[in-house]
Amino acid sequence: MKKYLLDRLLQLIPTLIGISLFSFFIIRMVPGDPVLLMLGERGADPKIYLEMKQSLGLDKPVTTQYFTYMKNAITGDFGNSLVSKRPVTKEFFDRFPATLELGLCAIIFAILLGIPAGVIAATKRNTPVDYLLMGTSLVGFSMPIFWWGLILIIIFSVHLGLTPVSGRINVIYDVDALTGFMLIDSLNPSVLREEGLGPFISTIKHLLLPTIAMGTIPLAVVARMTRSSVLEVLRAPYIQTAKAKGQTYRKVIWVHAFRNALIPIVTVIGLLFGSIITGAILTETIFSWPGIGKWLVASIHARDYPVIQGGVLFIAMMIITINFLVDVIYTYVNPRIR
Amino acid sequence: MNSNSEAQNIGMGYLLKEFWSHFSENKGAVFGLGLITTFIIIAILAPLISPHGASEVFPGSLRLPPFWSEGGSTEFLLGTDDLGRDVLSRLIYGARVSLFVGVSIVIISTLVGTTLGLVSGYFGGKVDSVIMRFIDILMAYPSILLAIIVVSVIGPGMTNAIIAVAIVNIPSFTRLVRANVLEVKERQFVQASKTFGAGPIRIMVKEILPNCMATLIVQTTLGLSEGILSTAALGFLGLGVQPPTPEWGIMLSDARPYIESSPWLVTLPGLCILAVVLGLNLFGDGLRDALDPKLKR
Repeated sequence: MKKYLLDRLLQLIPTLIGISLFSFFIIRMVPGDPVLLMLGERGADPKIYLEMKQSLGLDKPVTTQYFTYMKNAITGDFGNSLVSKRPVTKEFFDRFPATLELGLCAIIFAILLGIPAGVIAATKRNTPVDYLLMGTSLVGFSMPIFWWGLILIIIFSVHLGLTPVSGRINVIYDVDALTGFMLIDSLNPSVLREEGLGPFISTIKHLLLPTIAMGTIPLAVVARMTRSSVLEVLRAPYIQTAKAKGQTYRKVIWVHAFRNALIPIVTVIGLLFGSIITGAILTETIFSWPGIGKWLVASIHARDYPVIQGGVLFIAMMIITINFLVDVIYTYVNPRIR
Repeated sequence: MNSNSEAQNIGMGYLLKEFWSHFSENKGAVFGLGLITTFIIIAILAPLISPHGASEVFPGSLRLPPFWSEGGSTEFLLGTDDLGRDVLSRLIYGARVSLFVGVSIVIISTLVGTTLGLVSGYFGGKVDSVIMRFIDILMAYPSILLAIIVVSVIGPGMTNAIIAVAIVNIPSFTRLVRANVLEVKERQFVQASKTFGAGPIRIMVKEILPNCMATLIVQTTLGLSEGILSTAALGFLGLGVQPPTPEWGIMLSDARPYIESSPWLVTLPGLCILAVVLGLNLFGDGLRDALDPKLKR
């Protein structure tokens, strides 16, 4: 197993280099002069133009540029945003907890509903219950979430008036970002003393719709995967043995079958973390959620290239790391690979 | 064992019949096929069946509701948008745009992805390593993000959106075909063909590719649904097809300011996207079961 993991780790190196090259060249693949493109009309001033060119290092040969870029990147310096003038790294980590909080809620939502739905569908295979559950999950799987988010707003915010439409917390509350996770920050003792539970409840209300919107596709994926995985296991001889020993039906399903069915399910859940960003880009745009997704879309509209470059590199690295960890966990829980 | 000669012996008619008997067992798949067929017919006949032009403006009728609600008119069956354009006609023409964009995406990504997969699997070694690392890099970016990055470089617009989403879809084809090639290339009929002096291209296209067809057809269906969904998402973000083209994603984002007063403007385009994507997914599931009896139980 060690050798397998080592191989896997070595394979990562060319990919990482490739990713860094890709993010590096994004800015240079843009047709036209990137400096002029970034500065717009201000670029007409030769002094500003030259300053910009130097600050981006564009006056040096490409190879030097790449190595400087990588050297800075390793120390966490991705340059400054053209819009806010603040360091890209800082901007990223200011927004990251918002995306992570929403993403975790969405995945928990998907697991809590998806696993039971999948197990029930498997045990009631080819009955109306199974058809209903799997039909619903295929609809969820096909859902354009940018539309689903708006429909949720129409139902829960416009018609029922239950939930807010945008942001993470009601603007009347002033909560310090200690951890960046609003669910935790709103329970900070000093906040509780001054405002009571209001901020916390407001946070939950704000989280509800984005969580459902972002969690729908993962929910469908988990439910489908759980069903097929449980069905696979139920055919195994040891399940027949367990049944023959006179174990109760419930025990056969949840103890014997489900535990072994978990391996592929865990893998799928791991990979879902990688898809958080995809969901975040659309969900955050709809609900004005101040996270990474909305930030990247805004930066692309504003042609804020250092942000695009840095943000994209961060995300790609994160996804590669997650996929690697999923592989490690998979090897660990599934001895057959070792 | 070659499916080519098998097909010739038994006859296409018989194969189709057998395929249909498996396929039609799955009611969901037949429903999906129905949805897609309707969508294609609407797209083709758009100019004949749409009551008005897609960009025709009726300044006297802004944001009219559908005919069944109060204030609606039978002249505009599904109402009008904020510029006074007929929603039904725009949805019908939108089917055309989605179909065109989706099919273009699938053609590009299938051609490129399959070629890469064939070459990678057949030659192995260094070629394989280089291609697969390239695919790994593409896969390190979340799909919609990669499409957005490509668009941010080459600019928004219909052609660019097609290119962007096609690039995103390449890895799934490559990996699928490569896995298939690895399985098939050691088989005897491939070896036999080699012994007869067939070159690599002939072997790849004539011997190996036909054996990848079943999985490839399924992947094409799923690729089409993903392509349509991603393009609509790009349109929604303002980075895909540009207005005034009647594209469902743009119609959705244009309708956002009127979400409270004119909810039908938001509801209808999304329903169309959902119906088409669902149809394709149902159809794809059914195809997989019918083409690959091993997975069926």
